[in-house]
Amino acid sequence: MSSTIHEARRTAGPAGEAAVTEKVTIATAVRDALALEMERDPRVIVMGEDVGVNGGVFRATEGLLERFGPERVLDTPLAEDGIIGTAVGMAMTGLRPVAEIQFMGFVYPAVNQLLAHMARIRNRTRGRFHAPMVVRMPYGGGIHAPESHSESYEAMFLNAPGIKVVVPSTPRDTRGLLASAIRDEDPVVFLEPKRIYRAFREEVPVEPFTIPLGVASIPHPGEQVTLVAWGAMVRVCLEAARALEREGISAEVVDLRTLNPLDRDTLLESVRKTGRCVVVHEAPRTAGFGAELVALINEHALLDLEAPVQRVTGFDTVFPYARLEHHYLPNRDRVLRAVKKTFEF
Amino acid sequence: MPRKPIVTATIERLEILSPDGSVDEALLPELSGEDMVGLYREMVRMRAYDEKAVKLQRQGRMGTWAPLKGQEAPQAALALAMEPEDWLIPAFREHGIMLARGVPGHVLYAYWAGDERGSAFPEDVRVFPIPVPVGSQFAHGAGVGMSLALRGEPGVAVTFGGDGATSEGDFHEALNFAGVFRARTIFVIQNNQWAISVPREKQTAAETLAQKAVAHGIPGIQVDGNDVFAVHVAAREALDRARSGEGPTLIEAVTYRLGDHTTADDAGRYRDPEELARWQERDPIPRMRRFLEARGLWDEQQELVLTDEATAWVEAQVEALEAMPAPDPADIFRYMYAEMPASLREQMEELREEVSS
Repeated sequence: MSSTIHEARRTAGPAGEAAVTEKVTIATAVRDALALEMERDPRVIVMGEDVGVNGGVFRATEGLLERFGPERVLDTPLAEDGIIGTAVGMAMTGLRPVAEIQFMGFVYPAVNQLLAHMARIRNRTRGRFHAPMVVRMPYGGGIHAPESHSESYEAMFLNAPGIKVVVPSTPRDTRGLLASAIRDEDPVVFLEPKRIYRAFREEVPVEPFTIPLGVASIPHPGEQVTLVAWGAMVRVCLEAARALEREGISAEVVDLRTLNPLDRDTLLESVRKTGRCVVVHEAPRTAGFGAELVALINEHALLDLEAPVQRVTGFDTVFPYARLEHHYLPNRDRVLRAVKKTFEF
Repeated sequence: MPRKPIVTATIERLEILSPDGSVDEALLPELSGEDMVGLYREMVRMRAYDEKAVKLQRQGRMGTWAPLKGQEAPQAALALAMEPEDWLIPAFREHGIMLARGVPGHVLYAYWAGDERGSAFPEDVRVFPIPVPVGSQFAHGAGVGMSLALRGEPGVAVTFGGDGATSEGDFHEALNFAGVFRARTIFVIQNNQWAISVPREKQTAAETLAQKAVAHGIPGIQVDGNDVFAVHVAAREALDRARSGEGPTLIEAVTYRLGDHTTADDAGRYRDPEELARWQERDPIPRMRRFLEARGLWDEQQELVLTDEATAWVEAQVEALEAMPAPDPADIFRYMYAEMPASLREQMEELREEVSS
């Protein structure tokens, strides 16, 4: 991994042992996870548009072609359905493809393969076949991109049983979750928050490690209100939590990290403790995953609630072009207003 | 010269065995008499299996069935040409070749009787499950062909589809991928003239489906799909090419769906009975019998024995189908993921309680 170490240094791990870490962005963490898994398992291949020579339009696959060669890093024709369809055939016969859809807004032509095949192969064949593959997709807004480059349609995949859905929010989580996703026996849609691909760096162990799918994290513990988010919206919630702290309100941020399987226990424990909850996502509100979370909380923790769960989401509109997108995306002040509502109920 | 032709393409059509049973000796493949008889026996077994399923459906003992009647030749020919290490990626009218490649008859019946266990093929059977969305299997075929090469395994992927499927984007994306990556994949189009009620000429303005290969930079050939020898020759050429790393081939087998699209369809609503009668004269099975008889490879006595054997085999499949225990409702949940998530386990318990109450 020498080529990927930029600022490697020794830091004390939780058990006091020295761990070599490096300070990386989410984009670099994606690349490092891919490289480590490709090194570990010859069945892992990377495929997609511009992932080879160009290293990906976000440079998330940079250097892989040079390192692993054109047989394992495939610059494919520009055809999303073809990418996922061929990946399904490969996964069913012993490879572990990691396919990239360049932007989530371009995934629609591939939905037939994702929903009609990838999600169903294990069930259809009663376990004779399965499709251990990962579909990486940069998702979400906030980078002033053209139309169809800012979508956040995770709910579509959450309504398609058979697909695991993972959304990291930090470089460390990206490394550990992507490694788990690649090693998983089931297909995983791995949504990368492109808005924060390079927003910040974090110390990440150089050696391979995994973070299990289906386990949420609590990046900001608190007592009085739970802010639930995933991907780029975790940062928005953390900003809100810090602002609340200055006002003397203790907010707990739950980063779901994996939307399917969902860590219901961590979510519900937090809500039972705080009695207030705000769910934040950038996808449209109606039939968004927030609606599912509110329903779950109502089913399991209604009597612990001091106020109805609030939703801070994208609007039920088409995602606006660059000049208006900041009006669409949930921000700190919207979260704060929603928190206020839970206190004033 | 400012304008000049830069690409010219030729599409061949191959015919060897005429409807009257005569052959073009120069083109006849070098097959043993045993193999020739084997092709015939396989086609007869396919038809018996198919006709029985239609009867079972009429009796309420089978779900919706997609008859293959009339399309036995491409399936028997490919089955003979393929090697054990090759993979079959079928569409949904490939019962014949699925059986020939080792799918147990009662298992395939179970699929059409509405039971997912009908796609739980034995581990050593290199056959993909039936894909329902039309044309979506072609990309899997391209992927399998690429996967075999990447993993350094022998074998070729053989994927089937119909004339209607060539209008799907998946078909073109798959041919394109296969061409670019020189995949060890063969695309067999069973052009049976009808996509439910829409005739072949309304699927494409192109004169042949085989020429669709040209734009994707791969070889394409049209064969008489009711001529088991013509399909066999084209299949062997394509398989050899793929095996030696020379890439994919598109084979258009011109045939005819003698039955309805499915048992839920009535082709009488949209097809001219005269057209059907003309194609019945081109039926692949009687023409092969005429050929074998003319060669002294087959006689009436053998025919009687074969009919009995095929019937007995089919009946045994029906018996095995009907002897299968009822599926466990928990199976709805069991195969969604490698490990069942807690939330799904709860839903399974909900159903269990409902079923047991």
